[in-house]
Amino acid sequence: MKRSAAAFCLFVFTVAWATLCQASQPIRIGALFSVTGPPSFLGEPERNAAQMVADQINKGGGIKGRQVQLIVYDTQGDATKAVQLANKLIKDDKVVAIIGPSTTGETMAVLPVVEKAGIPLISCSAGRKITEPVNHWVFKTAQNDNLAVTRIYDYLQKKKLTRVALLTVSDGFGASGREQLKAQAAAHGIQLLVDETYGPKDTDMTAQLTKIKGTKADAVICWGTNPGPAVIARNAKQLGLKLPLFMSHGVSSKKFIDLAGDAAEGVTLPSGKVIVADVLPASDPQRKWLISFVKEYQKLYKVEGDHFAGHAWDAMMLLKGALEKGDDTPAAIAGNLEKTKEFHGIGGIFTYSPTDHAGLTKDAFVLVEIKNKDWVLVK
Amino acid sequence: MKRDYLLFLLFTLVVLVAPLAFEGGYLLNVLVFMGINTMLAVALNLLLGFAGQISLGHAAFFGLGAYISGVLTANHGVNPWVALPIAALSVGVIAFLLGFPILKLKGHYLAMATLGFGIIVFIVFNETVEITGGPSGLTGIPTMKIGAMEFQGEMKSYYLIWGFTLLTMLLSINLDHSRIGRALRAIHDSEVASRVMGVNARFLKVQVFTLSAVISAVAGSLYAHTMTFVSPSSFGFNFSVELVTMVIIGGLGSIFGSFLGAALLTFLPELLRVVQDYDIVVYGLLLIVMTMYMPKGLAGGVASLARLLRPAKKRTVDHAQG
Amino acid sequence: MDLLQQLTQYAFSGFSTGAIYALIGLGFAIIYNSTGIINFAQGEFVMLGGVLTYFSLTVLRLPYLVAMAVAVAVTTAAGAAFERLTIRPLKSPSPLSLVIITIGGSIFIRGVAMLLWGKDTHALPPFSGNDPLTVGGASIMPQHLWIFGITLLIIAANKFFFYYTISGKAMRACSHNRTAASLVGIDVRKMVLLSFVISSAVGSLAGIIIAPLTMTAYDVGVMLGLKGFCAAIIGGMSSGFGTVLGGLLLGLLESFGAGLISSGYKDAIAFIVLLLILFIRPQGLFSKAQTERV
Repeated sequence: MKRSAAAFCLFVFTVAWATLCQASQPIRIGALFSVTGPPSFLGEPERNAAQMVADQINKGGGIKGRQVQLIVYDTQGDATKAVQLANKLIKDDKVVAIIGPSTTGETMAVLPVVEKAGIPLISCSAGRKITEPVNHWVFKTAQNDNLAVTRIYDYLQKKKLTRVALLTVSDGFGASGREQLKAQAAAHGIQLLVDETYGPKDTDMTAQLTKIKGTKADAVICWGTNPGPAVIARNAKQLGLKLPLFMSHGVSSKKFIDLAGDAAEGVTLPSGKVIVADVLPASDPQRKWLISFVKEYQKLYKVEGDHFAGHAWDAMMLLKGALEKGDDTPAAIAGNLEKTKEFHGIGGIFTYSPTDHAGLTKDAFVLVEIKNKDWVLVK
Repeated sequence: MKRDYLLFLLFTLVVLVAPLAFEGGYLLNVLVFMGINTMLAVALNLLLGFAGQISLGHAAFFGLGAYISGVLTANHGVNPWVALPIAALSVGVIAFLLGFPILKLKGHYLAMATLGFGIIVFIVFNETVEITGGPSGLTGIPTMKIGAMEFQGEMKSYYLIWGFTLLTMLLSINLDHSRIGRALRAIHDSEVASRVMGVNARFLKVQVFTLSAVISAVAGSLYAHTMTFVSPSSFGFNFSVELVTMVIIGGLGSIFGSFLGAALLTFLPELLRVVQDYDIVVYGLLLIVMTMYMPKGLAGGVASLARLLRPAKKRTVDHAQG
Repeated sequence: MDLLQQLTQYAFSGFSTGAIYALIGLGFAIIYNSTGIINFAQGEFVMLGGVLTYFSLTVLRLPYLVAMAVAVAVTTAAGAAFERLTIRPLKSPSPLSLVIITIGGSIFIRGVAMLLWGKDTHALPPFSGNDPLTVGGASIMPQHLWIFGITLLIIAANKFFFYYTISGKAMRACSHNRTAASLVGIDVRKMVLLSFVISSAVGSLAGIIIAPLTMTAYDVGVMLGLKGFCAAIIGGMSSGFGTVLGGLLLGLLESFGAGLISSGYKDAIAFIVLLLILFIRPQGLFSKAQTERV
């Protein structure tokens, strides 16, 4: 309520100001996030972080003296709505760039729209096919799934745990992870014994885990987002499954530890550095940014900033960088985004190029283990 | 009877002129989707309003149409104009075969069976990753073309989709006034009585079910070629329920009511964006209030409003004509 | 783990999820039996039970039992208010408009819960112990026993209420013939209200006892409601063992389907079997064929 009132005041203010001096109209940036609907665990922190950056920019005098106006629409995780709202942002709101959407499916749906209109899009979703093949107008900030998979497989190979059981969620996140897990297995000498899935709203996965227990698997990899993996960790404990349990970066937030309780102990997962910012070595180039981001986010929204919020933070900061370098026309923004070098973000260190619009390497992920209800870096 | 056709003519005119007012704007996009939703609502109304058979799985037919058309064109290079009839035909066959056992069921058993069918189809979209792309969706679906003209851009999509929608409505009006329409209404009132009167109720119900599914599949195919992208989340249980809501809010059995219902439910989210986070609450509240105070739906509401506004004398003249 | 142990575990898993579906299904059956309404908001009562308990526990810092009582009381009040405000004012509603009203109600309740308590998922502590019980190589959680026990208790209470009390008998009379019931002096409207009160209480209770296992959030009602609805229909909308058998059948189909055939298709497998059952017995699994009156 307060925020919408504030947003309204800002709106009135900007409109009044814009009519007074046409020369310095605000820079209009559009955002599509799934603030409600099933992927709201992504969309809500993303919206918060994007708003936080916009407010900070404006408080600091704007970009080259011009204020930033962030227009956020809720896609509810629905591809049809995402397309409609992308059109609305482009045609009615006349934005110069769009950040979001939150999920790969929505991003793929919006892709032809922004391409046709020639508006740069910085997606906050992880799917690899968003930037492969490279589309001149489309960038992304979320780390590719394949980098997370590589992290886990490298570790498994080192520990000689080569017989693996997969348990993935049947939504966009799980399907994308599953594809990568299958594609990279052979190259790491990993043999997939079981390939099971579960529904995003399922409440009991003992059947799948029982099947896994009946095989000779050395490790279980579960790919999903809360609350499913927490149920799986609890079910595994119930069944007395002694295999090491690996999860995806989809659960790298304190929420998972809360939900899974004791069952979370010993779970290992790849994560953006943000959740372990305080235990990173002082030499880490990202450390300073990460700690300030977590603190600021917590001050505003009462919860710790996670790496989902980080995706939107990165997108806004990348956009800010591009705007500072040149004009605010969509073409200039896309061109300058492509020239981004070594931007130290939350998700990692971004370097875009005409052939790489994802911009990250596998160093973006660290492997962490849950011990005593907290994260510990796995060396 | 004549009134319906007159109304249809008027409606067609409005539909043809409407986009001129919205050119280049975002609202034209909304109108495109409104066309697809209207087609679906009119199709479901054939089953729900005319034959009195509930379906909580109609999104499945819509989805099957979209996916069959999408997979054929995106993965196998089939021309969209060939894919559309293939999609319609295959969905027709599925619906026809499914219709016999499923329409034997009544009331909540029918509701659950259609719901179950919808869920099964939804799971198939999700799980056949090699064909459909799974939960992340199917990309690279081409747009429709006539000769060198591509149906790209809102204006062209608008006329393409509304063309099909108007055809559907005309077909629906014709059906309503035919012998079949009367037989269907008889089934709606009492199936046993209509059977006694010599109506082959079961076969007729299956035919309507099939027709309704085929129209939904055509809508699906058009949707796929307009969006150029489809993903399972657009065809879930929620959308099936939304379609039923459109038909009932619009007014059961009324073709223009189905349009009103579809129009309202397509526009409502746009209007509710004003109330921001409260939109879902207001949406739920509106559904309740409208159903409570307009038991005959929007069509009934508009009709009684018109009657109130029109002077008494003209009303009697109208009556004599009708 | 040998095959026999695996099969036992599948059966255990099926029974435990099935019991959850059955418990939710009972709420559907109670309203349907006395009013003929399929209440699509039933899943939201289940959600309210879990979410309200969580917030009474953490925000109001009430003891567990008190928190549960608060949750049941508030949900029951919500159920009663829903009936008074939306169902009662209608003069002669069609079954379809009632469906839309309950769908609207469900969206509304879910929206309010989201605004009040946010979108996060929460876990409730188990009633007793967190160590699994092992029988013949298969295991279940102590909480599952609570679910079985409370389901049986609710069925027993239902049977007693519907067959041995005046109000219960009156409610059954309403379900058979409303006009006749009102002619013999039964206040039909009061009975409809009563059925909403009972089913929202049962729904919230279900939501509370399953939350330690399934966790709870503003949107859990959709899926749980759907499964409960199916359980009740397979069971022929009975407010007794029919629904329980329906729920258990659904649970077992899912768990054996996931374990033996394919976990991705487990819901599809369950529904295919249910459809086949319905095709062979169009009148439902546990009810006798009825002739339709004209």
